[in-house]
Amino acid sequence: MDLFEEDAPSGNTPEFSVAEISGAVKRTIEGEFGHVRVRGEVGRVVIARTGHMYFDLKDDRATLACVSWKGQVSRLSHRPEEGMEVIATGKMTTFGPQSKYQLNVEDVAPAGAGALMAMLEKRKAMLQAEGLFAPERKAALPFLPEVIGVVTSPTGAVIRDILHRLRDRFPRKVLVWPVAVQGKACAPDVAAAIEGFNRMTPGGALPRPDLLIVARGGGSIEDLWGFNEEIVARAAAASEIPLISAVGHETDTTLIDYVSDYRAPTPTAAAERAVPVRLELMAWVESQGGRLGQAMQQALRQREQRLRDIARALPKGDAILAPYRQAFDVNAEKLPVALRTATARKALRLSEAGGSLRPSVLQSRMRQAARELAQPAARLDPALARYAKDQRRALEALSARMRPDTLARETRRERERLARVSRQFADAARRLEDGRRARLEALDRLRETLGYKETLKRGYAVVRGDGALVTGTEAAQAARELELEFADGKVTVGGGGKPKKPAPKAPPEQGTLL
Amino acid sequence: MTERPVEDLTFEEALKELEDVVGKLERGDVALEDSIALYDRGAALKKRCETKLAEAEEKVAKITLGSDGQPTGTAPLDD
Repeated sequence: MDLFEEDAPSGNTPEFSVAEISGAVKRTIEGEFGHVRVRGEVGRVVIARTGHMYFDLKDDRATLACVSWKGQVSRLSHRPEEGMEVIATGKMTTFGPQSKYQLNVEDVAPAGAGALMAMLEKRKAMLQAEGLFAPERKAALPFLPEVIGVVTSPTGAVIRDILHRLRDRFPRKVLVWPVAVQGKACAPDVAAAIEGFNRMTPGGALPRPDLLIVARGGGSIEDLWGFNEEIVARAAAASEIPLISAVGHETDTTLIDYVSDYRAPTPTAAAERAVPVRLELMAWVESQGGRLGQAMQQALRQREQRLRDIARALPKGDAILAPYRQAFDVNAEKLPVALRTATARKALRLSEAGGSLRPSVLQSRMRQAARELAQPAARLDPALARYAKDQRRALEALSARMRPDTLARETRRERERLARVSRQFADAARRLEDGRRARLEALDRLRETLGYKETLKRGYAVVRGDGALVTGTEAAQAARELELEFADGKVTVGGGGKPKKPAPKAPPEQGTLL
Repeated sequence: MTERPVEDLTFEEALKELEDVVGKLERGDVALEDSIALYDRGAALKKRCETKLAEAEEKVAKITLGSDGQPTGTAPLDD
């Protein structure tokens, strides 16, 4: 330091090379500002291809160049965003080749609650614009989940509170996914846990929960900040398993609360919302069972009552039967008396009728009938004899008139008459036949004498020319060939004479008219 | 009305149907034969609910994670 302070002549002033002075400055700056916290507004942020991050911090009077090496960038608890008021932690250093001093940033934190809230509002507006907060995205929570997945720290009050309340209400299977609930690891842990639970298969080695609780106890806004990170909000929004968020106290609202299906004010409240109270349900089921039985009994009792009422209105069997029964009794008593009376009456009538019925009456009527029968019977024999005699007489009279010789004479006469007529018929037929034959012979003889063949025998001949009969010279001359028929055969001779007409000659030539 | 076997019903469905059955029976406007069937159904539903309620079992486990952040199994949660 005394190098600069000493007002020495130039001759004594030691001479540095550029690199030397640059190295000296570097050592001085790094030594003096080995660990600083700088507050300022973030300017333009650039991430180089190498992964290093360069940005400026500025206030109204100065600008500080900042750099975070690749390995440091991933460990930053907050990514600097342009316009953000932050507190950057790191050490001052220099960059000799450009004569530049800069802050090597190891961590970035928003400067105060105001800055944090401003950043949060910006994120909220973005996610809301994407529709991630829409009420229709909210899934209904299962009434009674079988397996509950809890994303929280495995130690501490929160998980104990949740388990305790679950046990009180309705013991369930609980899978705890241990995460860091604050610090840089918080957001990636929680997002990975939500995604991990969703990747499980139902009924697998690790049973997939049908409800998720993301929980954390109360803390400062910085402590709860992990649950404001975008990756956590996006993982919760993408969760297919219904999700209850319970982060901090009732007054703390983090980004995950907007996208969760149900926001519980506290972890205990989340457990209460997750399951119903078993004892209440048992009592309720029991009461339903009781009401079921009572309703059934009531239904039966009502019908029984109605049956009784209707039955009462129905007249008694005895009442219906009584008059008939009485009539029966009366008649049953009268029956023997009536039978006796009837028998006596019939016996009286029998004896009355039987009194007039005696053999003497029948005998006298038989005798009377016999007498009546004897009279016509006595007339029957002579009448038959008389009738027979009459018939015989008539027969004899007829027989006397019937004689065989009369019949024989008649037969003989008729036979002679038949013979005579037969002879006459034969004679007549013979005569007729003889006459006809004589006439036929005469006619045949005539036919013989008239035919041309007899004439041929007498020396005549028939002449035919070309098949036609020739009777004159003219025809004979015309014929090309003549046939002569004699009595004993035919002779053909050549054509007769010269033709009558000479053959036509060519006409004389005529002079031409022209 | 086609009835699903009570074994297929979730606890909540069984609870809801039991309530309906009780309501119908209590109104008393069901024929006797139907009310007997209804009663049987109600009894089966109640049994189903009771079974599900009896299945209350607490089993708490902590997921163990490998170096890649993927779950490798479970371990007891030590409070």
